[in-house]
Amino acid sequence: MSESAKPHHPSPQGKGEKTHASDFSYVGIDAILEQMRRKAMKQGFELNIMVVGQSGLGKSTLMNTLFKSKVSRKSVQPNPEERIPKTIEIKSISHDIEEKGVRMKLTVIDTPGFGDHINNENCWQPIMKFINDQYETYLQEEININRKKRIPDSRVHCCIYFIPPTGHCLRPLDVEFMRRLSKVVNIVPVIAKADTLTLEERDFFKQTIREELRANGIDVYPQKEFDEDADDRMINDKIREMIPFAVVGSDQEYQVNGKRILGRKTKWGTIEVENIGHCEFAYLRDLLIRTHMQNIKDITGSIHYETYRVRRLNESNAHFKSQPSDQPAVQPKANGQPEVKPSAPQANGVAAKHEVMSHEM
Amino acid sequence: MIERPETAVPSIAQRNLEGYVGFANLPNQVYRKSVKRGFEFTLMVVGESGLGKSTLINSLFLTDLYSKDYPGPSQRIKKTVQVEQSKVLIKEGGVQLTLTIVDTPGFGDAVDNSNCWQPVINYIDSKCEDFLNAESRVNRRSMPDNRVHCCLYFIAPSGHGLKPLDIEFMKRLHDKVNVIPLIAKADTLTPEECQLFKKQIMKEIQEHKIKIYEFPDTEDDEDNKLIRKIKEKMPLAVVGSNVVIEVNGKKVRGRQYPWGVAEVENGEHCDFTVLRNMLIRTHMQDLKDVTNNFHYENYRSKKLAAVTCNGVDTAKTKGQLTKSPLAQMEEERREHVMKMKKMEAEMEQVFEMKVKEKKQKLKDSEAELERRHEQMKRNLEAQYKELEEKKRVFDDEKLHWEAQQRILEQQKLDASKTMEKNKKKGKIF
Repeated sequence: MSESAKPHHPSPQGKGEKTHASDFSYVGIDAILEQMRRKAMKQGFELNIMVVGQSGLGKSTLMNTLFKSKVSRKSVQPNPEERIPKTIEIKSISHDIEEKGVRMKLTVIDTPGFGDHINNENCWQPIMKFINDQYETYLQEEININRKKRIPDSRVHCCIYFIPPTGHCLRPLDVEFMRRLSKVVNIVPVIAKADTLTLEERDFFKQTIREELRANGIDVYPQKEFDEDADDRMINDKIREMIPFAVVGSDQEYQVNGKRILGRKTKWGTIEVENIGHCEFAYLRDLLIRTHMQNIKDITGSIHYETYRVRRLNESNAHFKSQPSDQPAVQPKANGQPEVKPSAPQANGVAAKHEVMSHEM
Repeated sequence: MIERPETAVPSIAQRNLEGYVGFANLPNQVYRKSVKRGFEFTLMVVGESGLGKSTLINSLFLTDLYSKDYPGPSQRIKKTVQVEQSKVLIKEGGVQLTLTIVDTPGFGDAVDNSNCWQPVINYIDSKCEDFLNAESRVNRRSMPDNRVHCCLYFIAPSGHGLKPLDIEFMKRLHDKVNVIPLIAKADTLTPEECQLFKKQIMKEIQEHKIKIYEFPDTEDDEDNKLIRKIKEKMPLAVVGSNVVIEVNGKKVRGRQYPWGVAEVENGEHCDFTVLRNMLIRTHMQDLKDVTNNFHYENYRSKKLAAVTCNGVDTAKTKGQLTKSPLAQMEEERREHVMKMKKMEAEMEQVFEMKVKEKKQKLKDSEAELERRHEQMKRNLEAQYKELEEKKRVFDDEKLHWEAQQRILEQQKLDASKTMEKNKKKGKIF
């Protein structure tokens, strides 16, 4: 269901005609791709991206550049306040964007206040709570007796973490945050404002970051353990050698060599955002949108969400076992009919898993 | 003709000279003396790691204070804030400058940065205290000036405004040292962003009533114009680099990007030249003066006021802020005596230790010699026994041989006897 999956045949009809003469054994199973495509286009897609990083690292600008429209929180607020909030807030803005008949509901989740205070202890907690709350909402919907045909998916699919371009190494705050959150959500680390670094400094910085990530056991997207086959692994290995991407964002256009391109103009030159020789924005965009979007959603749904679900059901199971008289923690919101679920969580788990897969379509 | 004033003139009247007297040469004398003495300057750099502090210092003074062999403190993330100082002696045109750079690695890098300014404040206060003590001595032949003359504070180029940490730090240090805020890594910002950022920072600085270093107004109009231009550019946006790159045939210091070269010394690219001129070429002496007259005096009055407030009579001690010279001398003498005693005790200890060591060594060598003596004796005895054995064998052989000889002789005698007999008998033959 990626946008690049074009059906092999323009129409099943045409294929039938073509093979009618030559291939008796053609059944037409591959026409299902076309059906899926049509269905997906009708349904539309959902994508929830969270951006995390200190203030002033260009998060809003990068979001605007990625989706080539004003989707960031600052563009939507009528009076953008530049003050740093006292506690970390989570602000979520949704947009409906459309391209070539494909509709997408994009939600950008911003976290102003992260890492901006003098004492940043536990600044990751509100964020983890938010992510888990989204999983909880989805779980509640799922175990409903009468549930909707299509559960609205507000789970965070991808978290882009902005690393300040110091050029030396990761800060303790970065390591702490990524360590905790790589277990619940897909993290894509990027080096913000990469026009500060020369090419040698950039390479050195990336190497240092990769080593530190390895040393701390932080698994960022694409995770090694979720590679399905050799092809995947090859593609993902290439990506893994390039993370974290050094990005520059801009929503202003300039004229360069007769072309209008997005960039930043300084007195000593113009930085082109989409030029691979200047920065790696194009790679990030391809990864997030053009090639790996579906994969990101799958991993969120099938792995992170399932981990959460198993944990929650086990918790309520234990709760139930210790206090049999009390009502279990997990109560489906049906029409006033509380049902006791945890008696056979294993069977349920398997059944629900299949249903979740079908819902992902 | 010099007119004698009729009345006591309260103000000094100006006179015109009728010939060359020669005191126009005074500045030269001062100059020569200062050149001989040399200058001292202490510069402190504060900021989060990775903002280019070490690179900027290298660029400012055109030396590699922090090079790859001696990496600057910023290359390693510290657990707590440290204060490190490095001294460098620079010579240029016959003038010596003892430059001390104070670095603060670990500042603002931890997750919890409360009180990360405390080590910095402690350092500055301790240097002021050293100077105060040196100044209060009776004998103050040599007074090294280690006070921090200027503090360069590096602001991260977020483009939005000051961070809470920046505001806290500057508020606490603005009355202890000259604070000059700088925008670090200014090649991140486009010119428009830079302008906005500077305005925002100055607004916030005024809001929080932070007193950064202000350039003094001079009488010269020309200089005033320059100074006003500098004031408009505050805080200065700097880029540091010590790498020489060739641009259009010219060699410049700058940073090479795929899209161009950001030149460090180009006034349109960044404010580095402004900073360098201000810091070294024009205002170094002024920074030292402000430190001495303003910040140091603040510290001194606070410190001494605290001392006198603890005393019983505050009225009496008003004229006796410092003790009379005799009392001071007594105290110094006592201090000296105590120091001597301590040194003596230490030396005695060292002496004892050495003596013990020597004794031990001698004992060891004695034991060694004994051992060797024993061994030799045993060797000798063994050899002696061997020889005895050999002698015995030899004696035995000798006896044996003598016995054999006797037998042989006996045989010979017998043989000769029989020969004679035979001879006698042989006559018959």
